[in-house]
Amino acid sequence: MAVTSLIGARIQRREDPKLITGHGNFIDDVNLVNMAHMSIVRSPHAHARIRSIDTSAARAAQGVVAVLAAGDFKPHIHAPLPVTNAFVADKKQVPDQFAIAEDEVIYAGEPVAVVVAEDRYLADDAAQLVVVDYEPLPAVMDLEKAMAPDSPLVKSDRSDNIGWDAAFPAGDIDAAFAEAEVVVKQRIGQQRLFPTPMETRGCVADYVPYDNRVTLWTSTQVPHFVRLFVGGALGVPESQFRVISHDVGGGFGSKIRPYLEEYLTTATSKIVERPVKWIEDRTESLLATTHGRGQIFDVEVAARRDGTLLGLKFTQLLDIGAYHGVFSAFQVVACLIGGGAYEWKAINARSIGIFTNRTSTDPYRGAGRPEATHMVERMVDLVALEIGMDPAELRRKNFVKSFPHTNNFGLVYDSGDYPKTLDRAMANIDYTALRKRQADLRAQGRYLGIGFSTYVEICGLGPSAATAPAAGVALVESSMVRVHPTGSVTVSVGTHAHGQSHETTFAQIVADTLGVPYDSVEIHHGDTGDTPFGYGTYGSRSLAVGGMAIMASCHKVVEKATKLAAHAFEASEEDIVVDQGRYFVRGNPGEAKSIAELAFASYGAGLPAGMEQGLEAVSYFDPPNFVWPFGCHICAVEVDPETGGVSIDRYVAVDDCGNVINPMVVDGQLHGGIAQGISQALFEEVLYDEETGQMLTGTMVDYLIPTMAEMPHFELDRTVTPSPTNELGVKGIGEAGTIASSIAVINAITDALTPFGIKHVEMPARPDRLWSMIKEARA
Amino acid sequence: MITAPFEYARPGSVDEAQSLLTKFGDDAKVIAGGQSLIPLMRLRLSQPTALVDIQGIGELKQVRRDNGTIEIGALVRHVDIQRNAVLRETLPILVEMANDVGDNQVRNLGTIGGVIAHGDAAGDYNALALMLDAEIVTNKRRHQARDFYRDILTTALEHDEVVTAVRFPVSTGRFAYTKFRRRLYDWALAGVAVQESGSSWRVGYVNLARTPRRGSAVEAALASGASAADAAAQSGSDIDPTSDVRATAEYKRHLTEVLTVRTLQKAAAV
Repeated sequence: MAVTSLIGARIQRREDPKLITGHGNFIDDVNLVNMAHMSIVRSPHAHARIRSIDTSAARAAQGVVAVLAAGDFKPHIHAPLPVTNAFVADKKQVPDQFAIAEDEVIYAGEPVAVVVAEDRYLADDAAQLVVVDYEPLPAVMDLEKAMAPDSPLVKSDRSDNIGWDAAFPAGDIDAAFAEAEVVVKQRIGQQRLFPTPMETRGCVADYVPYDNRVTLWTSTQVPHFVRLFVGGALGVPESQFRVISHDVGGGFGSKIRPYLEEYLTTATSKIVERPVKWIEDRTESLLATTHGRGQIFDVEVAARRDGTLLGLKFTQLLDIGAYHGVFSAFQVVACLIGGGAYEWKAINARSIGIFTNRTSTDPYRGAGRPEATHMVERMVDLVALEIGMDPAELRRKNFVKSFPHTNNFGLVYDSGDYPKTLDRAMANIDYTALRKRQADLRAQGRYLGIGFSTYVEICGLGPSAATAPAAGVALVESSMVRVHPTGSVTVSVGTHAHGQSHETTFAQIVADTLGVPYDSVEIHHGDTGDTPFGYGTYGSRSLAVGGMAIMASCHKVVEKATKLAAHAFEASEEDIVVDQGRYFVRGNPGEAKSIAELAFASYGAGLPAGMEQGLEAVSYFDPPNFVWPFGCHICAVEVDPETGGVSIDRYVAVDDCGNVINPMVVDGQLHGGIAQGISQALFEEVLYDEETGQMLTGTMVDYLIPTMAEMPHFELDRTVTPSPTNELGVKGIGEAGTIASSIAVINAITDALTPFGIKHVEMPARPDRLWSMIKEARA
Repeated sequence: MITAPFEYARPGSVDEAQSLLTKFGDDAKVIAGGQSLIPLMRLRLSQPTALVDIQGIGELKQVRRDNGTIEIGALVRHVDIQRNAVLRETLPILVEMANDVGDNQVRNLGTIGGVIAHGDAAGDYNALALMLDAEIVTNKRRHQARDFYRDILTTALEHDEVVTAVRFPVSTGRFAYTKFRRRLYDWALAGVAVQESGSSWRVGYVNLARTPRRGSAVEAALASGASAADAAAQSGSDIDPTSDVRATAEYKRHLTEVLTVRTLQKAAAV
């Protein structure tokens, strides 16, 4: 790589001036002539049979264009919602989900009818007039009860409530446990979460009847995926189906699937022969957008008294919800990386996916990896507590130390230096002094705790050879780089940012690699009409996979430009030197051609024999491996034993995501990611009534998203261990903060409460729960 | 998140407001800042047939001292309370409460009259009105706060009655207010207000029963010379919390006792 000035530069996001001055173009900003508005009537019951739907009053209401139910959609939607075929399981049940319920609703929020009216107010008013006669059925809510052979069924046509049951044995687990001097066991919960992007979902569909052509604007992380499946189900070929996703106000994984509303809105536009808009309101979003987590881990660790970890056994119970999410089974990845940053003789994991009468779960920031990290980092602390060893030392003793490292399941950790981030974080927080302060405060009856999280993350999804079996799709990525005749550059990519600053960071890469001004590079994404097919943005993949696809196209452009320069200078290609966009004959830098001059020449006459006009390239990149960011987060909290209140005293993070394209963007990702993990640890939980299946946290008053006021100052630092997996040496950072942080907080709280004999705390660490635990411990 | 249809009128006087309420009937509601009503309407939990918007009535925006009484107009907003020099001198505990109501948007729109008329146990000012024996002035009568709060979100107001002002006794003694929240902008999980009044203490409880509550048992214990801890131990008979998604009733009772001690200690240290 050339000596660069932009890769690694802390430059401001080019997205911001537009967004912060209100010139963003979000889904509700899309307005078409003659557009009708759609409201969805959703089931208030978690489980019920539909006896009848009476739409007569709604049809007669002011401004109503149409009222539609399942029977109206069946002639237009020819396929169920997609479910990727992830992981080979011993047992698997993948029931079809049609976009709208016909005779049985199986979660509160499932669509039963659609009302189309001249505006959204009228549509909502008429939706209230749709009368649905339900016969309530028992709601299946508890994971373990749902597994019992005599459990009521989530849906009456299923054989049982098991979605998958997959075993992942690695090594001789019995031998590892036979060797144990210490065995610790713990059940660890992962409560359900709302992904809560700032912008809820929504779409505008415009079906043009005469040539069977669709334009679908939607708020998504995966425009090409949406086109593939929605177009397929509606019988509209990709060439006739354009998906446009402009600015997307966050997704956190909840927008990585084609959603039933995209099917319904498009089909409705076809039926009413008008453009149709549907915007998800917030309370609707809490029911209708996929949830995250919703898991229970039963874990056992075998160790020696000197702190050597031996064996890890665990079962992941995962609440699938009513239907499979498109990628729900991907979260089984927690089994394959449950060993974390440590050496184990053997690991035996099992994942059971269980249907319940709740909204579906699907990946949410981290997707399986926060759960795995939370589990292993909790267990390591329990071992340390059991044998009386400092948790930092136990970690250090068991760290994987040589790289590349093949873990128990054959995954290859590409690079790392785990003791380095641990040492740096301990120095930054002044660990020795903090432990002394903890002892001093305890003497005063105050409870300070210190929690570690030394995580390793698998991301950059991913090599097709691994993701095809694990995620059900070969997650490659694409780019097209086109140098225009006067030297400006258009880059079109298959990824799609929803807050990741790709327009800035990708332009930094291209400007440096081609040697063109940063301002001359334009990034296009989100429109299937002018971007090559790609799998979208999630799994911290856009840089490590998508960025490399851009690099590949840039290299092809440079290669052609070199040929053009050689031709212009009547020199051989081997003698052409490329230096930051200047092409010259070795030894004669004074007489150089810029890439703009070569681009101009490329569109003209007199090219080398056999060369076509133009200066552009299309590339697809399939990485040879995942990438493996890592780091150490240390949190210090104080717990008020009288109120159970937790205040975060310090939060220190040292992350290593390899080479950094833009430090400010990386810091931003960490701020948001850490905040979301802290939020899971202390605040957020989706609660349902366990009997009726009604959601109890159905508004933002009851579902606690913390604000800046609840967050500590993040003390960030990083080490740089370039990834050997890709030429840029980059890893991923979009999920790392979330993966690391929940357990740093929980380990700190548990450490604070150790004097009470409390060994484990579940999330969220609500004040009333902590107080109850302290009270019981004192009794 | 879109309200059901409703009529809307913006009267210029209290009399006009009353006649509009009479005209629209029982299902009409008065709206001021709308910070409680609008969210309920957006969830369609409240579907009034008409809104009588009193925000244009200038006479309801005054703060007046009247010897030992401070009268606050119904349309005085939280932000006005925060910035009012007279209130800072005559009723500083109200200013302290206002500082911690909601967020900037809520404080810029929400009014004291709205809090009183909504009668929410979580509305901080309601507990203060109760503990200080405030008078609630309407277009029809004066209510004693002790007779005003009837049940959950239910007050003594009749459907054509408009709150015009609240009259508090000037209270310049030592005071403290503690609002235990999980997030800065939340309602109190439990709120405890204490105000020195002459030689005695007044105590009020926010969001710890179906209505705001006065800490009568705690006040009596304090009057008889009990320590803060012993007095706080009486708080259980002053409140009646229920379990909800935020916390168990048992925890709220315990928390109230802890906060009562702390609030009394904080006030005494002022």
